[in-house]
Amino acid sequence: MEETTVLEVKDLAISFQTFEGVVKAVRGVEFMLKKGETLAIVGESGSGKSVSTKAINRLLPEKNTLIERGEVLFEGQDLLKLSEKDMQGIRGNDIAMIFQDPMTSLNPTMTVGKQIAEPIIAHKNVSKEEAKEKALELMDLVGIHHPKKSYKNYPHQFSGGMRQRVMIAIALACEPKILIADEPTTALDVTIQAQILDLMNKLKDELDTSIIFITHDLGVVAQMADRVAVMYAGQIVEIGTADEIFYNPMHPYTWGLLASMPTLDVDQKNLYTIPGSPPNLLHPPVGDAFAARNDYALAIDFQQEPEVFKVTDTHYAKTWLLHPDAPDVTPPLKVVRRKEKYEALFSVKMYANSTGGGINGG
Amino acid sequence: MAQNVGNKNAEALFHLVDARERLTYPDNAAEGITDEGDSYVKTIAKRFFKNKVAVVSLGVFILLLLIAVFATQLSPHPRDAITGQFQAAPYDNFYLGTDDIGRDVLSRLIHGTQVSMIVGLGSVAIYVVIGTTLGLVSGYFGGVVDSFIMRVTEAVMSFPFFMVILTLVSLLGSGIWVVTAVLGVLSWPALARLVRGQVLTLKEQDFVHAAVATGYSTPGILFKHILPNVISPILVNATFGIATAILTEASLSFLGVGVQKPRPSWGNILSEAQSLRVLTAQPWRWVPAGILIFIAVLSINFIGEGLREAIEGETKN
Repeated sequence: MEETTVLEVKDLAISFQTFEGVVKAVRGVEFMLKKGETLAIVGESGSGKSVSTKAINRLLPEKNTLIERGEVLFEGQDLLKLSEKDMQGIRGNDIAMIFQDPMTSLNPTMTVGKQIAEPIIAHKNVSKEEAKEKALELMDLVGIHHPKKSYKNYPHQFSGGMRQRVMIAIALACEPKILIADEPTTALDVTIQAQILDLMNKLKDELDTSIIFITHDLGVVAQMADRVAVMYAGQIVEIGTADEIFYNPMHPYTWGLLASMPTLDVDQKNLYTIPGSPPNLLHPPVGDAFAARNDYALAIDFQQEPEVFKVTDTHYAKTWLLHPDAPDVTPPLKVVRRKEKYEALFSVKMYANSTGGGINGG
Repeated sequence: MAQNVGNKNAEALFHLVDARERLTYPDNAAEGITDEGDSYVKTIAKRFFKNKVAVVSLGVFILLLLIAVFATQLSPHPRDAITGQFQAAPYDNFYLGTDDIGRDVLSRLIHGTQVSMIVGLGSVAIYVVIGTTLGLVSGYFGGVVDSFIMRVTEAVMSFPFFMVILTLVSLLGSGIWVVTAVLGVLSWPALARLVRGQVLTLKEQDFVHAAVATGYSTPGILFKHILPNVISPILVNATFGIATAILTEASLSFLGVGVQKPRPSWGNILSEAQSLRVLTAQPWRWVPAGILIFIAVLSINFIGEGLREAIEGETKN
């Protein structure tokens, strides 16, 4: 099947005007989204993952946001240049969002049925009856039982999981090409979380929607993502397929993230944590933003921002460790073990790296 | 161990139920959806009707409304016709006596109810529309629009209310419609501020963000998503507003700048008590009007209080 690109973000840089000064929240983010795929964006709080995706839908407060440079290309047009009126036609229709907290994201004074029918009425040229018909179908699709009865219910009569199903129904009402899910399961408990993720996977296949999935939960990423982008301090530091990121990560920050994930099979008394905290983006550091917390920092990291090195056609990482002149290093034990296990399990050999620089596979 | 259920029952009850068999059981799969639970309005109505004082007051208010609507049919005598003796204490079918030129006091009181209801409801309708619209716009758009509307609001608020009304009434001429309009046009600032404050908090709520992200038009968000969430405070404010408007109309008419004779209003009937002779010797000419004003204002205030408690119960419970 021909893979078409539905969204392309090019060199996006966003800063916020605050009382203390200009915060450079997003500093040159680039990625693209193919039709029908799920791209997970992971990173710590404040790494710019929400800001980047809100910029796609133009939901950042206009008052203090400055889009410094960059383009968001959707079907050949730059969304950043559209008028607010044109943008209203795209939001919810072509690009829909699911929010983090289903408890507060529904209007308490409107029945859930009407809330699901509303985007259809707003965006499609249909009668109210047709919209209602469609809404009932959607409720059935997302697994709300007794749609006819639930149609007239109010959000407070629904549990968190059910409300998130309603949110998903609203988001999918107009069969959007892109679905942006901003930590959609963070507010739910684990069993419900699994149900919602299953539902999203199922619907993605049925409707062939592309999903941008924002999360800091690597377990969720493993379950959902085709590709993963790791963000740090307003930049994507590593991007690749889910397998590449989980089993053959190249960036020391990704190593840190994976090493700090609790696993059952590796003996450990203490869970690894990445030391320190993310840099203050009021004054972004010179060189690599991660250098100060990086056990594998090179001298050049403190002087010059790393280039993006190509590992494979799908795998890129922004670290000097991939430079041909870089010394050989061995990733944390946990990361190496994971790779070994994966290679043994599928009897494949993960490439070490293609640029010749020094990361030992173990 | 549990009691013996008998061999047959044991077989029927204690076996593993496979997926297909599960489907044959009645569907109790509506997990997460509670059956009971009413709409917001219904919940508030239920709480309101538990409050006895408020319910009685609502009955009184509805009675007054009916009296106003059917004033002509209910009055024993025509409104302005001189039908009885002059300044007579209650006699025959003049149940509340007559005034200084022989008109039936009861009939005039009944028609006065009409005036109070028109002024009360009319002026509130006007100021609710103005106040709500300005409050919504001001709160939602913020920035320059907000500053401008709020400065205008403060300006209107800082007018000495009674003086402005007196001036306007003397400029535009007095009469029931002028009084209604003037009261409506001058009473909106408090409501506008109230609505603005509510909107300021509401617009930062997730469901409003979600509405923006779903691409709804701004008027759609304002009127479909934000307005229904500020209806309750508006309603409470409007209820108290009716009482205030009735009182103000009575005061204006008492001072002779409100509703003009021969059209009767509770206020201008009461103004007859300005004469010492009427005040001391002819209580039937002014006491009933005073009592009616008292009852009307009190019942409306109780309704407002009841509404507020019903709505605030939401947050208390």
